[in-house]
Amino acid sequence: MDPKISQNSKNFGARKTKFSVSFDVEGADVAWCPGCGDFPILKTLKTALAELEIDQNQLVLASGIGQAGKLPHYLKSNTYNSLHGRALPPATAIKSVNRKLTVIVTSGDGDMYGEGGNHFMHTIRRNPDITAIVHNNMVYGLTKGQASPTTQQEFKTPLQIEGVSLEPFNPLAIAIGLDASFVARTFAGDMNHMKEVFKKAITHKGFSLVDVFQPCVTYNKINTYKWFRDNVYNLDDSYDPHDRVEAFKKAIEFHKFPLGVLYINPNKNPYEDILTVYREDDSPLFKREVDMQRLEKLVDSKRKI
Amino acid sequence: MSEFLSGEDVSIVLCGEAGQGIQTVEEILVQAVKLGGYNVFSSKEYMSRIRGGENSTEIRVSSKRVAAYVDRIDILIAISKGAIDHLEERISDNTIIIGDEKTLEDVERNDVIKIPFLKMAAEIGGPIFANIIAAGALCRVLNVDKEIFDECITAMFKRKGEEILQKDLQAGEEGYKIGEDFISSGKFNVKIKKDPKIRDEILLNGTDAVGLGCIAGGLKFMSSYPMTPSTPLQTFIAGHSTEFGMIFEQAEDEIAAINMGLGASYAGARSLVATSGSGFALMSEAVGLSGMIETPIVIYLAQRPGPAVGLPTRTAQEDLNLALYSSPGETPKAIFAPGKFEDALFLTHQAFNLADKYQIPVFILSDQYFADIYYNLPDIDLSSIENKKYIVETHEDYRRYEITANGISPRGIPGYGNGFVVVDSDEHDIEGHITEDLHLRNKMVEKRLKKFEGITKDIIEPELVGSEDYKILVVGWGSTYGTIKEGLNHLGRDEIAFLHFKQVYPLHESTLNYLEKAEMTIIFENNATSQFGNLIKQVTGFEIHEKALKYNGMPFSVEEVTEHLKSFLEMV
Repeated sequence: MDPKISQNSKNFGARKTKFSVSFDVEGADVAWCPGCGDFPILKTLKTALAELEIDQNQLVLASGIGQAGKLPHYLKSNTYNSLHGRALPPATAIKSVNRKLTVIVTSGDGDMYGEGGNHFMHTIRRNPDITAIVHNNMVYGLTKGQASPTTQQEFKTPLQIEGVSLEPFNPLAIAIGLDASFVARTFAGDMNHMKEVFKKAITHKGFSLVDVFQPCVTYNKINTYKWFRDNVYNLDDSYDPHDRVEAFKKAIEFHKFPLGVLYINPNKNPYEDILTVYREDDSPLFKREVDMQRLEKLVDSKRKI
Repeated sequence: MSEFLSGEDVSIVLCGEAGQGIQTVEEILVQAVKLGGYNVFSSKEYMSRIRGGENSTEIRVSSKRVAAYVDRIDILIAISKGAIDHLEERISDNTIIIGDEKTLEDVERNDVIKIPFLKMAAEIGGPIFANIIAAGALCRVLNVDKEIFDECITAMFKRKGEEILQKDLQAGEEGYKIGEDFISSGKFNVKIKKDPKIRDEILLNGTDAVGLGCIAGGLKFMSSYPMTPSTPLQTFIAGHSTEFGMIFEQAEDEIAAINMGLGASYAGARSLVATSGSGFALMSEAVGLSGMIETPIVIYLAQRPGPAVGLPTRTAQEDLNLALYSSPGETPKAIFAPGKFEDALFLTHQAFNLADKYQIPVFILSDQYFADIYYNLPDIDLSSIENKKYIVETHEDYRRYEITANGISPRGIPGYGNGFVVVDSDEHDIEGHITEDLHLRNKMVEKRLKKFEGITKDIIEPELVGSEDYKILVVGWGSTYGTIKEGLNHLGRDEIAFLHFKQVYPLHESTLNYLEKAEMTIIFENNATSQFGNLIKQVTGFEIHEKALKYNGMPFSVEEVTEHLKSFLEMV
């Protein structure tokens, strides 16, 4: 295990007592490999939620399939573990029928950018007030080591035997290209950085994308904790995330990759706030009855031209 | 003179290119005829293009209730030159063809009445008025009171401003004069009995009927991707969404559509998706998700001929198997197939309640023909509409997949109670968490399939039309209801009855008894392999003797049903 992680874990253990609500799932049978970058993501997400005092009963974690898709099972919440690549559409709908819920998607690079790529683009366009945390380990874990959309070129796998030739998918550039309302990147090896980014993303009104560099200790021997640490840098306070062109420039930087909030567009209305169903009534849709009188009227209107 | 024109039932067909305004004439005629006290039915067939091609609408005007397509054309309004060729097979010696003298100038037939519609329209203000003139002429021939015609025109064109309305009224006036000439010529002799009560009846199309059922069933969230012939239902719900507090979202694809629907349903909103064959094929993975996470969804599957893109604007009953066998694994579902509007409304309402009760996907199988037909019906009684609440408030110890005697676990939703609602597309434990415990796997499979027992008790019986002492039984499902029924009426033979299935899956337990009681059986289906006949055989072991199958993309006509049955009767 990466020494910095275990150290951070200890810190977290001490901090946990500060908050009354625990997001731990008792007896959870965690299926990740020891040392997996998913562990610090899980721990940090729990801390961020606790510090934000998110009401557990009003929290929904939606996920797809992959190692990251299992995360909701290890975090006390309402959970919608969907099909492969299909976390964003139900997450959007869940938020749209009950705006009181906090909806967070946990997904991986294959699930979000490959299988669910179409939803990724259109959810950014739709801009629901949900947060997508994408565990980006640049490889397929659950299916054992094939290339993912973000796998770096020349990376050899049992299927890409000559090495990957495809251009790696750049989620941040695409999100900024689509004028996403919140775009960030963080690193599983830096829990403090991750926590601050998660908190900003969750509190942001609108769709928030957080791409998390996450080492896969089993199938990715190239992009290791050390590799990431050597190839990232933190955006400092002088960086203004409201400039889309600058943000795009940052998004296409590589070796080294910038970490932090790259882009915020505060002027976008969340999808569900534009819906007519909330014009006169703030209540979740499950509480509403059929207006039979109106229905009678509608039927009657079919008697006339 | 046409034998039908002196009768009680006239079939008028309007045919022209897309973009020539057939819909306007259709709308005026259908409304004016109904307001005038006649029963009306309309059906349309069209090509998959926005301009050009040849499209036609059949409008039946009758003293009796009619809800079926006929091949017969008594009056053909040929708006385009190609209309006559397009409908050649349906034109008989008794068909009166009316068209514009300029448009049809190359047409050399004795049975064509050429009228200078376009020239007259130009004098009024443009070619757009030609259709109104034609509508006026037809309404005069049909004895629709001029005041009623004007009432229709006013209602339809008032919003276009006083000047245009006056021109439309003037065009109607000209049309009535032409109609007067038609009557004097002796060629037209329409004597359909009027019933003033029809004026206030309800005029719907099949899509409206399903749409009303959706609202009645408590629909709150619909996400879909446009695809003919399911698009009209999407338009209906989107159009009424503000009024009835529903969300309509056009999804990026069908996969997103149904996954959104399931998400909304998980959070407690009754949800619907509408699609057609290929679009539904994309959804089938999520049908399995619905079954696995036991989250209700209603799927409106408006069929058209496939495979793949097939004939986009035509009709078919080809997707029963697709619906039935959609989804990986084994999971309960129910499939409805309405054949008349009352059923469409109440079955759709029932679909939402059944889906909620058993936490399953429920299908409504419609098709292009049913979605697009219009007819009048006296009333719709909504007093029996009731939506039972199946959602429970969760407590701290809540577990989503509690094993119960009937297989139904009380369904909580997030944000309603102190419990957590965990659902997973993986096999899961009682709490909803992922598991690979093979004993638990068995329990969960058995729990889900246990729901079949309840679903089986709620199956809607097939409807028997005709005498119970039948020797010959005609079987049909879904949209063929009206056509088979009228075909049988034409034959007037007491020994034949018609069994119509409005729920095609699971099959009602009475099915085999009905079939075995008959000496001979025949099934009508709009497909090439008798999908429903095969399902009946699979479930009951009974092989229906004769299969009348039509798969060219057009609905059965009354004449076809009658002919099929005549030759079948000769055989037996």
